[in-house]
Amino acid sequence: MYAKHDLLLAEYETPAACLHAAEKLRDAKYKNFDAHTPFPVHGMDAAMGLKDSKLGWFVLVAGTTGMTAGFCMMYWMNAIDYPLIIGGKPPGSFPSMIPIMFELTILFSGITAVFGMFGLNQLPRHHHPIFNSDRFRSATNHRFFVSVESLDPKFDREKTKALLESTHPSHIEFVADNIDEGSAK
Amino acid sequence: MAHRNLPIAALGEESLLAPGMGFTEITDVVCGVTERPAPKAWWVAFGIAISFLGIFTLAVGYLLWNGVGVWGNNAPVYWAWDITNFVWWIGIGHAGTLISAVLFLFRQKWRTAINRFAEAMTIFAVICALVFPGIHVGRIWFAYYMLPLPNEMLLWPNFKSPLIWDVFAVSTYFTISLLFWFVGLIPDFATLRDRATTSTRRTVYGALALGWRSSNRHWQNYERAYLLLAGLSTPLVLSVHSVVSFDFATSVVPGWHTTIFPPYFVAGAIFSGFAMVMTLMLVTRAVYGMTSVVRPMHLELMNKIILLTGTIVGYAYAMEFFIAYYSGNEYERHVFIHNRATGPMAWAYWIMITCNVLSPQVYWFKKLRRNIAVSFVVSILVNIGMWFERFVIIVTSLFHDFLPSAWGDYSPTLIDISIFMGTLGLFFTAFLLFIRWVPMIAIAEVKGILPEADPHYHPEATEPNDHHGAITAHVAAGE
Repeated sequence: MYAKHDLLLAEYETPAACLHAAEKLRDAKYKNFDAHTPFPVHGMDAAMGLKDSKLGWFVLVAGTTGMTAGFCMMYWMNAIDYPLIIGGKPPGSFPSMIPIMFELTILFSGITAVFGMFGLNQLPRHHHPIFNSDRFRSATNHRFFVSVESLDPKFDREKTKALLESTHPSHIEFVADNIDEGSAK
Repeated sequence: MAHRNLPIAALGEESLLAPGMGFTEITDVVCGVTERPAPKAWWVAFGIAISFLGIFTLAVGYLLWNGVGVWGNNAPVYWAWDITNFVWWIGIGHAGTLISAVLFLFRQKWRTAINRFAEAMTIFAVICALVFPGIHVGRIWFAYYMLPLPNEMLLWPNFKSPLIWDVFAVSTYFTISLLFWFVGLIPDFATLRDRATTSTRRTVYGALALGWRSSNRHWQNYERAYLLLAGLSTPLVLSVHSVVSFDFATSVVPGWHTTIFPPYFVAGAIFSGFAMVMTLMLVTRAVYGMTSVVRPMHLELMNKIILLTGTIVGYAYAMEFFIAYYSGNEYERHVFIHNRATGPMAWAYWIMITCNVLSPQVYWFKKLRRNIAVSFVVSILVNIGMWFERFVIIVTSLFHDFLPSAWGDYSPTLIDISIFMGTLGLFFTAFLLFIRWVPMIAIAEVKGILPEADPHYHPEATEPNDHHGAITAHVAAGE
């Protein structure tokens, strides 16, 4: 369910300044905040207090499923449904199944790695309120941002702004969810 | 700006980027290519490429209308250019995966300058490769028989055949390469979206960027997905060419039935692929002036890999020859001595040896490794040599086999040549469209290797502009 939320957006010129801001928000027990950087900044996960990504577990399950599915498919087709004796080997000969079991392990794992990542990141999503900020466009170029969402229980427009100001951003702005309400650009 | 190079300069290494390259410069250099009108050279190349694509379409249409009899393949040479081209293209693709996956796992930062177009090369090369198994079945409308689909005859594929392994290996390889490429492109599409000056660009690149907002919560899962894909692609790329080599090695044809084939094929694939990356890189670098991102050091490192893999391939040629002799098997000896090194097809064998084994030896010299003209010439020679390697393996094993009464000859027809030249057209058309519209260098990844991308980076004391002072003043001014 989509809940309306506004944002406070602080802009930094260096990865280090952005990292320190994330640390401050983490230490101030904020939950709904994020860093936006043109490339992954080393140490940012710890600075934001993020837990390790769960993606690997999805991939493990998918890979095991692919391998098992490959074996079951080949065994059923060549040994049960229509037994074939080729080259004097038993119909359910295991060694010749290894290449396809391997390929299906990789196929299932790779697809899950990509679509699992989309799922965990809730992408595609084209309507996020952060796009209401014009300055935010430089987040994919050369600027580093920290955003705090109004959904955060600790969010207070003035207090949060003061906290962000203490991290020496080069710019701070309030981004309204609904652009018609007029944001303080 | 010299301070940027200090830490690695102290190690006696060169900077990966030209001096003065920062975050915005990288964005501008790479995105600018897709934003400016295409240079004249691009249009000339595109015109040539699309003409060959036209030849391809006509030749394939003619083949489908008449059947595979329009090829030169006939008893006893039932496999010829079709499979040669298939293996050649698949092999070229492998360098892209090696660069994007294996060098990523080895934390080779220099890969960021070349990985994007090497991955694009992989995808287009695999498409060209897939053409051949598709059309060589003759009745292309039955190509789906290759897949384990329920059918009215209640038949299933024979999973003991390496040809069906190939179907799974190559289709998995194509799928994973495409996903890997697209995942890498998402942040760069977002960069193009955010720079867009027209609403069409904003809509198209915006749709492709999937609403990417550079969020660190996303980067975390993204980087994990990237690592997993790299980890999965590494054994995958080794398996694909091993399976391709099984198509030959599991048969009982002299010259094919050898255990050395999987590693030998994998090394050859990487060798030819790096040569193709080198060719493409030198041309695009010259046309688009990418000299600030693609440096002489990249040439040198790639040429070292070409030297290494070329030498492994040379070792494999020597070893299969020796084992054929040492086995004492009459037919094996015959294939290597009378069909390959001497005899009517010896010219192909010696082209292969000259291009693949001798030409890379120039790279023992550092000066030549960094020489653009030498790199270009050798890369072309290797591409030619590796095509001949597959031709030699396939045709010279078949044309004079066990019984002299069954011996035959082989020569390609115009359709053989047209389809092969046509796939070059298909490849270059796709590649030129890619460099025209898609960021050809991984913007986010190149930024990540800049010294100032490290949060612990501190400009030297000589740096005149103290950012913190400037920011404090900015905030104090009432922002």
